[in-house]
Amino acid sequence: MHTLAELIIVFVILLNLALSVTGGLAACIRLVAVQGVVAGILPLLAGDGAPHARTVIFAAAIMLLKGAVFPWLLLRARDRSGAGKDVEPLISYPASVMLCLGAFIASSWLGSRLPLPDTGVAWIVPASLATIFTGFLLITTRSKAITQVLGYLVIENGIYIFGLALFVEQPLMVELAILLDVFVAVFVMGIAIFHISREFDHIDTAELSELSDWRRGEYGK
Amino acid sequence: MEIVKPLLQFLAAALLAPLLPGVINRVKAFFAGRKGRPLLQLYYDLAKLLRKTPVYSRTTTWVFRAGPLLGAAALVTALALLPFAGRPSFLSFDGDFIFLLYLLGLARFATVLAALDTGSAFEGMGASREMQFAVFAEPAFFMGLASLARVTGQTSLAGMFGALTGGTWSTAAPVLALLTASFFLVLLAENSRVPADDPDTHLELTMIHEVMVLDHSGPDLAYILYGAALKLWLFAALIGSTVLPRHSGSWAGDSALFLLMMFGLAAAVGVVESVIARLRLTKVPYMLITAFAFSALALIFQMGR
Amino acid sequence: MLLVLLSLALLLAGSALALLLARNPGRAQDAGAYYAVAASLAGLVPAVRVLLTGETETLALPWSVPLGSLSFNLDPLAAFFLVPVFLLTGLAAVYGADYLKGYAGKKPLGLAWAAFNVLTAAMVLVLTAANAVLFMVGWELMAAASFLLVLFEHEREQSRRAAFLYISAGGVGALLLLAAFALLGRSSASLDFALFSAPAGAAASAVFLLGLFGFGLKAGFVPLHVWLPEAHPAAPSQVSAVMSGVMIKTGIYGLIRLLGFLPVWEEWWGWTLLAAGAASCLIGALFSLAQHELKRVLAYSSIENIGIIVMALGLGVVASINGSPVMAGLAFAGALLHVLNHSLFKGLLFMGAGAVLHGAGTAELEALGGLGKRMPRTAAFFLAGAASACALPPFNGFAGEFLIYLGAFKALGQPGPAGLAGVIAGLSLAAAGALAAAAFSRAAGTAFLGEPRTEMAARAHEAGPLMLFSMGALALLCLLSGLAGPFLLLPVGTASAAAFGLPPALAAAASAAQPLAGVAAGFLVLLAMIAFGAVKRKVFLRGKTPAQGLTWDCGYAAPTARMQYGASSFAQPLTDFFQPVLRKIGQYPVITEYFPARASFSREAQAVFYNSVYRPVAVRIRDLAYRFSWIQHGRLQLYILYIVVTLILLLLWKL
Repeated sequence: MHTLAELIIVFVILLNLALSVTGGLAACIRLVAVQGVVAGILPLLAGDGAPHARTVIFAAAIMLLKGAVFPWLLLRARDRSGAGKDVEPLISYPASVMLCLGAFIASSWLGSRLPLPDTGVAWIVPASLATIFTGFLLITTRSKAITQVLGYLVIENGIYIFGLALFVEQPLMVELAILLDVFVAVFVMGIAIFHISREFDHIDTAELSELSDWRRGEYGK
Repeated sequence: MEIVKPLLQFLAAALLAPLLPGVINRVKAFFAGRKGRPLLQLYYDLAKLLRKTPVYSRTTTWVFRAGPLLGAAALVTALALLPFAGRPSFLSFDGDFIFLLYLLGLARFATVLAALDTGSAFEGMGASREMQFAVFAEPAFFMGLASLARVTGQTSLAGMFGALTGGTWSTAAPVLALLTASFFLVLLAENSRVPADDPDTHLELTMIHEVMVLDHSGPDLAYILYGAALKLWLFAALIGSTVLPRHSGSWAGDSALFLLMMFGLAAAVGVVESVIARLRLTKVPYMLITAFAFSALALIFQMGR
Repeated sequence: MLLVLLSLALLLAGSALALLLARNPGRAQDAGAYYAVAASLAGLVPAVRVLLTGETETLALPWSVPLGSLSFNLDPLAAFFLVPVFLLTGLAAVYGADYLKGYAGKKPLGLAWAAFNVLTAAMVLVLTAANAVLFMVGWELMAAASFLLVLFEHEREQSRRAAFLYISAGGVGALLLLAAFALLGRSSASLDFALFSAPAGAAASAVFLLGLFGFGLKAGFVPLHVWLPEAHPAAPSQVSAVMSGVMIKTGIYGLIRLLGFLPVWEEWWGWTLLAAGAASCLIGALFSLAQHELKRVLAYSSIENIGIIVMALGLGVVASINGSPVMAGLAFAGALLHVLNHSLFKGLLFMGAGAVLHGAGTAELEALGGLGKRMPRTAAFFLAGAASACALPPFNGFAGEFLIYLGAFKALGQPGPAGLAGVIAGLSLAAAGALAAAAFSRAAGTAFLGEPRTEMAARAHEAGPLMLFSMGALALLCLLSGLAGPFLLLPVGTASAAAFGLPPALAAAASAAQPLAGVAAGFLVLLAMIAFGAVKRKVFLRGKTPAQGLTWDCGYAAPTARMQYGASSFAQPLTDFFQPVLRKIGQYPVITEYFPARASFSREAQAVFYNSVYRPVAVRIRDLAYRFSWIQHGRLQLYILYIVVTLILLLLWKL
């Protein structure tokens, strides 16, 4: 059972790597969805023997939400806002890979330091931390608003896995609360992106800085 | 007794290596719906080239003539280090894979210098690209070997592949899978196969490895082609021994399975070539960096266990 | 020991004679060179003997200097460093006898030879001194003599700048070393090495840091390397060979001695050494790829190799603290072996670059090309050195790196820090190796292969017989010491035992014996395969006359030399990739028309560390110093007043 869980953890990390380098927006959305579904399998493997019916239902709901509803919403938002096909990263491919690797190394160091109960599944804590870092990476180094939403989703996936590591028994209540937040967030962001794009004809966050009072070049004159 | 088997293994590898490109070409032909070249085409080519009289450019010196010779000699020596179906070859000592790595380096160095000796812009271009990719491929390859050493606790090729069993795959499956992926990417790049380079292209500007050897002819070209086949065999054998760690105890059975694995890998390369387009030149380092990331991840997984 | 003194005496006599005969350049040359060669031969005997027997030879003479004593100590470690010193300076003297001929009448050759011999004597003194005062005398003499040699072409502004940078670095380093020695010897009556107290805790760390920076400034690892790529190329080529080949190794020698003075090591020392070494080997290799002048390529490659040595020392320290003495022993042995190997191949390469400079009149890569036809022997020797520098089999560069790799891989199996150190060391070695291969194929390829790019390169002539002899001898040594790896393990083992204690060194030597024998066997197989292939090729070509033709240039039948790939274009994919580190300046052509007539392209490597780290600090210091310039007004009377005031103050203080 644990071997399977470990494989899933490795897969999640590889998905992080893939997320940090993927150039296509649609591919990125799908990767996030896959990550959510894969992470959703994890609680089913947690206990011994067959999982409870309640766990199965919750897991199925989460997988449906992350694997079908969110990607559908996001793809729709992408099409409606005319966000284009590319992710438009601010840093190069090698830098992204190295940052992602560095995040993983840092989280394995951090994971070995944190006083957490032993889950028996190797790499679950570093993987969750690395996933959170990857989410931050997506938020900070991509120029489009929609990738920021994706970043939040990846962070949520990370928190979900982290929750599994923390409360092997009942992560679902915590998870549901977070999920609700994120659901609202995605909804709001989807609408917001749509409106921003209508107002400004683009959803490039770099352009949002035009709204600031601070003007490049005027400062210090 | 113990000299016969290594000798047989060595001869098998040395003789069968030119089959691999033939297998790749047949698979590609199958995908393209063509009849394709004969399986033994490379043997025919080698026999023909060895009979031919070479042409040398007036610009060249002895470096140009020595390049193919050194390259082929280095690869044959590397073959003498290479385990066959997890069994040691002639030479096996602690750290022999480092020697192997630098023998590949010697082959590359000799080829690059021979290319620069022609004074041709195109061959210089190929040489420059070859060196550029090597800078990214070597750390990836090194990290892969390092994690293999860490998984098995051994520091020689024969020791590593000897200690690798089916049990290792069940305990360290992610590590070995990542390693295999990384080695496969390095194989594609180092042997100038499709996502990195196209061996069938005939436009000098887009060629990498092939453009470096444009001026070679006759026996020199035969040496180069043979060396390239050996290099492909070498990388395929590393992957094959990682993927196929079974030791049934029967030498013949193991060897047959290993050979089957080699041709299977060649077929896999052929499939990749048929279904994937070539990467843009500037993206090839990215592929190798990905390979590096895979082997680095494998090592981290193994070290933090 | 007496023979070492004899060789010192010969060297000093040689320099005195060279000065006396300065009026007659030819005879000054002869005097300098003959005495240097004789001194090398005399000095090699005891050094080799000590290495083989493992017995330490000592000699103490009275000396009236406070805290000092004329005590010499020739232990296996010193002997191990002395062997390359004598080998390389002897061969460099032979080489110089030819090389400097062209300067007769234009340059003060007597002075140059005197400085060269003093430099050698100073290195011998540094390596054999058993007293800190004597050591410092040798150290400063070494700096002064090499300073004069860096200034050899003082009419070039670049040389003067390099010499200034060099002497400043040397001065700072010497000050730090004085402080380190003072700390070590503060509780004893004399500064004899044997009487040094073993400091502990913070004092030990202070000594380590002072020594690290002091010796590091001589060894030239990152970030203390800024003077090296300026100073080494400026000196005459045989002096560059000596400076890069052996003089910077005195810094390594000092570091090893320093580790010996401090019996209890801290783990962070090892990490510091490891980090500095890894940074230096990567940065050195990368920058050597971006240089446009052959000697600068080699100078940066020296930084790379010093980095490899320092990294191995760091790996050894980390491993030995984490309870892996065998790995530590392997790493130390690898470091020592690389010291020897690097001095051989770097000496050879600098001499080759000198031959290019001598034969073609320039060492700018973009102006060279096709020298392989005009100077075939130099080309062959240089290629052997280049292969050695890239650690390619069957040359010697591989053996030392192999031991370090082996140590790294043995460490890899260990849990915790040793494993991490092993990964870092191995990975840096692999990456630096690939970069060095690119750098050397580029340098050798653009200088010696293809068509000459300029008239100067087309008219180049082969080096003189003595120069060829020196290079040939070094090339042969590179090959032989590569093949003789297992036999070199004995001297390396004794030297390492003298430096780091007996048991780990012996254990390491024992565990390295079988792999090194394997490597040597592999080398022999490789050579056999090459021979077999060559014979077969002869057979295939029998009775055929290869046709001659043009190079295939995509069917273009009138290629010119300018169409070749040049040094910049060869390196461009990599230098562009690493632009954030290299920060090359220059511009690409901007093409606006459909049929552009002229386009120009320029790329220039910068001294990144100097420009972004040292220059701002130096400017600050200079500005601060200007504020006090009123003290320096030029009135003699007031200067004397200063002296009087100082004397009175001192008197008062002593009362």
